[in-house]
Amino acid sequence: MSWQDIDYETLIPNNVGLAEDARLQRALEGWHPGYIDWWMSMGPEGFQMADVYLRTAISVEKEGWAKFGYVKMPQYRWGILLAPEVEDRVIPCGEHLGEPVWKEVPGEYRAMLRRLIVIQGDTEPASVEQQRHLGSIAPSLYDMRNLFQVNVEEGRHLWAMVYLLHRYFGRDGRDEADDLLRRQSGSEEQPRMLGAFNEETPDWLSFFMFTYFTDRDGKMQLEALAQSGFDPLSRTCRFMLAEEAHHMFVGYTGVKRIVEATARAMAETGIEDPYDVEAVRKLGVIDLPTIQRKTNLHYSLTLDLFGSEESTNAAGSFNAGIKGRYHEDRIDDDHQLRGDTYPVTKLVDGELQAVAVPALNGLNARLRDDFIEDCLGGIRRWNREIASHGIDFEITLPHVAFNRAIGEFGPIEVTPDGKVITADEFAASAAEWLPTPDDKALIDALMEPEVEPGRFASWIAPPSRGINNQPTEFEYVLLP
Amino acid sequence: MCLTMIDFRTHPERYRHWKLEVVGRVAYLNMAVDPNGGINPGYEMKLNSYDLGVDIELADAVLRLRFEYPQVGAVVIGSALDRVFCAGANIGMLATAPHALKVNFCKFTNETRNGIEDASANSGQHYLAAINGNAAGGGYELALATDHIMLIDDRRASVALPELPLLGVLPGTGGLTRLTDKRHVRRDRADIFCTFEEGLKGQKAVDWKLVDELAPAPSFAEAVADRARAFAEASDRPRDGTGVELTDLDRTIDGDTIRYSCLQVEIDRRPRTASLLLQGPQTAAPTDPEQAVTQGATYWPLALARELDDAILHLRLNELEIGTWLVRSKGDLDAVLTHDAFVARNLDHWLVREVALLWARVLRRLDVTSRTIIALIEPESCFGGNLADLTLAADRSYMLAGTWGGEGGSVAYLAFTDASRGLLPMSNGLTRLQTRFWGDDEGLEMAEAAIGETLNAEVAANAGVVTDAMDDLDWDDELRLMIEERASFSPDGLTGLEANLRFSGPETMETKIFGRLTAWQNWVFQRPNASGDAGALKRYGSGIRPEYDQRRV
Repeated sequence: MSWQDIDYETLIPNNVGLAEDARLQRALEGWHPGYIDWWMSMGPEGFQMADVYLRTAISVEKEGWAKFGYVKMPQYRWGILLAPEVEDRVIPCGEHLGEPVWKEVPGEYRAMLRRLIVIQGDTEPASVEQQRHLGSIAPSLYDMRNLFQVNVEEGRHLWAMVYLLHRYFGRDGRDEADDLLRRQSGSEEQPRMLGAFNEETPDWLSFFMFTYFTDRDGKMQLEALAQSGFDPLSRTCRFMLAEEAHHMFVGYTGVKRIVEATARAMAETGIEDPYDVEAVRKLGVIDLPTIQRKTNLHYSLTLDLFGSEESTNAAGSFNAGIKGRYHEDRIDDDHQLRGDTYPVTKLVDGELQAVAVPALNGLNARLRDDFIEDCLGGIRRWNREIASHGIDFEITLPHVAFNRAIGEFGPIEVTPDGKVITADEFAASAAEWLPTPDDKALIDALMEPEVEPGRFASWIAPPSRGINNQPTEFEYVLLP
Repeated sequence: MCLTMIDFRTHPERYRHWKLEVVGRVAYLNMAVDPNGGINPGYEMKLNSYDLGVDIELADAVLRLRFEYPQVGAVVIGSALDRVFCAGANIGMLATAPHALKVNFCKFTNETRNGIEDASANSGQHYLAAINGNAAGGGYELALATDHIMLIDDRRASVALPELPLLGVLPGTGGLTRLTDKRHVRRDRADIFCTFEEGLKGQKAVDWKLVDELAPAPSFAEAVADRARAFAEASDRPRDGTGVELTDLDRTIDGDTIRYSCLQVEIDRRPRTASLLLQGPQTAAPTDPEQAVTQGATYWPLALARELDDAILHLRLNELEIGTWLVRSKGDLDAVLTHDAFVARNLDHWLVREVALLWARVLRRLDVTSRTIIALIEPESCFGGNLADLTLAADRSYMLAGTWGGEGGSVAYLAFTDASRGLLPMSNGLTRLQTRFWGDDEGLEMAEAAIGETLNAEVAANAGVVTDAMDDLDWDDELRLMIEERASFSPDGLTGLEANLRFSGPETMETKIFGRLTAWQNWVFQRPNASGDAGALKRYGSGIRPEYDQRRV
């Protein structure tokens, strides 16, 4: 069997020749029941028996890799899919630059690789857990279906990481794979590893913000891992990125449809002032300042996921060739960075200014900067949507130091436009910058489910087109 | 060599890195290292990583808990940071510190850990570690110094000794030895643990005996408090009672003279000596332990022990080139013996016991000090009881035979008491007399027969408890020649020689730790594989792999 073909004959669909690897098959089949238990207890609540119009990966080729059809989520064919092998691929960065990529784990980097995979793996089930209550308050069947698509694919991404742990990391890897099912988002006892993945996703605006910002961090991390000199990791991540694009799409279009509903309702009733919140809210839509505050929150929480601006671990994994930069293979430099510097914003004598740090140590900051750039495109289009209705309001990204808990800016307070202030000053203006209980009450009140095919909640516009060329009124979820 | 003079005196009000809180019979010592509070510039102490300054505060707190809090029966060492216990010694500091500072830092750190173990074993103050996040390297070593290690069970927190894989050095400040000798971790498992940089968490850490107990995150603080209270209940310390406040040591440094209330140090930079003159008691011994409590920090044996301890540390760290210490005393020998008898009679009182234990530790600190120590027993000296044991801690001791000038005047006496029979054990578990006469039962018998007697030079020399008795005609010249000769030898060679000869007899966990610390650990530290420009310590954090000389030595 070649890697192009996906073996659907086995319990676990795969293109890694699982049928010929009895040991690995046994290990993964041992993990499978625990996964299903986890999905049933921590996956989407109340919809496990619904038939959902989902796409399932059937090939890893760029064209036609997925097929669509109704599936009950617990019967989804979660599989292990790696992107095609690139012939003669070489290690793209660090001290092993130009050497053939590793097909097996190099012993000296085993711990480092395992840690990276475990951290990535821990985020995948976490978001499913965070989003498990959203089905019952979905604004449409179309959105509900998108939520479940994101959920099953996060589940598949967990499989992808578990495959690597089982296949390449022996018993320690299997132990870590078990722990991925035992930690739980928001649990006091055994929380997920990263802060943002223990926050609640209590409503759909949060969900769209999460998929826009936080899943985009996931994308950046996958992009960096796709550059890995450890080829199985690279191939795994490359295929995951194909799925991740849909998650970005859900977040981007979700927020865009919300601002569209708001701006349209304002234009229709002749409300020009976006800060006339009371009037706007009466229209059954979410006012733009609230959307800005949610943007501020989710963006800043996500920036924390990039870790400390100056990082030993980031330097080590790049130099080892196991994690590259965003689009490493398109960067024109020596790919080793010894002696180079990278400008990192820091607090110097009470002021925020760019300081040149060793480029190897500044890699987290660099990936974060790439992330920020990547965020801007969608926001520009949100603003174009607002402007097209004649409303004068722009959603902006707050300063990188605003509302941060990790790294250089953790201990200080900064306004959204980058002025260093005291904790008291911050507290005094927090309600202006970050979501308030009042905002939450508004959003919660709007979270009424809409399950009529083709109908959408008042606060969100219908999409411009449906999934897989189906009409928007298509019955994307058949409720039992 | 050190950038600034290091002062070992501190006070909880001045702590930058620890928070001390006492709740009933339990004390909580929580680490919250100020990242910018390094003792030297040039490194940032993130994630509760520590340097000597952090350890000085810890040592101070451990000592204060013994004296100032008689009611405290259990001490919890924890962290005030969320999900971080302690990341161990700060790597930036280790990479930039001069070698002597590193060595002294490790030695002091281990002495503090021994002090914690001493409190648990002998003082009724039981130590627990509450590990709420990652405990790596020295952070886990600190936990190893406690009696009972509790680990939060959140599938994230781990204990680890990653020195070898990450830094090319050893968890040598007791980590390796405490794993095998104290916690009885199997050697093969210890080998795996020490090469596995992420360390172990959860049940496996319990199964491998790396920790004693897991507790779930939501109830972790409660579980720790319950366990600590149970330990406190088992303590023999008084349930109430007034503590003795360890007031700031009164020390003035005036050029080469350092003055304390009952100790004076004179440094002579040409032959590179320091003369430590211990003063006998100025006030009569108490008749009742409560009087000692009332005298507090001025109670003579307590005051002298604290001052001597501070002087040892000060000279060790800040006067590296002063290679020979001359230990002298001056005072009324009878008054010293009265104090000694008071201690012997009242060892069941918490304060008296603490004072005896403190003396034992101060003498052990002297035992592991890399300086030539010479005791000079002269007329008007007062080497009796615990001070007599001090002469046995010296590498050599000389006693004046006869009087100064040959005519009249007083002669020198030396008086061992029961204190030398076990109250002041060395790290090897033996008394200094047993160590001195290791394998020579007859010699030991003769020396022990002299306990309780007041010995003049001839008798002392015959009993073998002094190196030599010299008369006043030879005294000055012999001493001068010996000091000059000593000063001409390799300091490193002398350190090795003295450390070898001081600890005859069996090894204990404590002697092994110090021995290996000064041999293996420091050898590894010195090698280019660790501290060369391409070595692991220098390269740590740069992302670039160290280059090792692959030849095994």
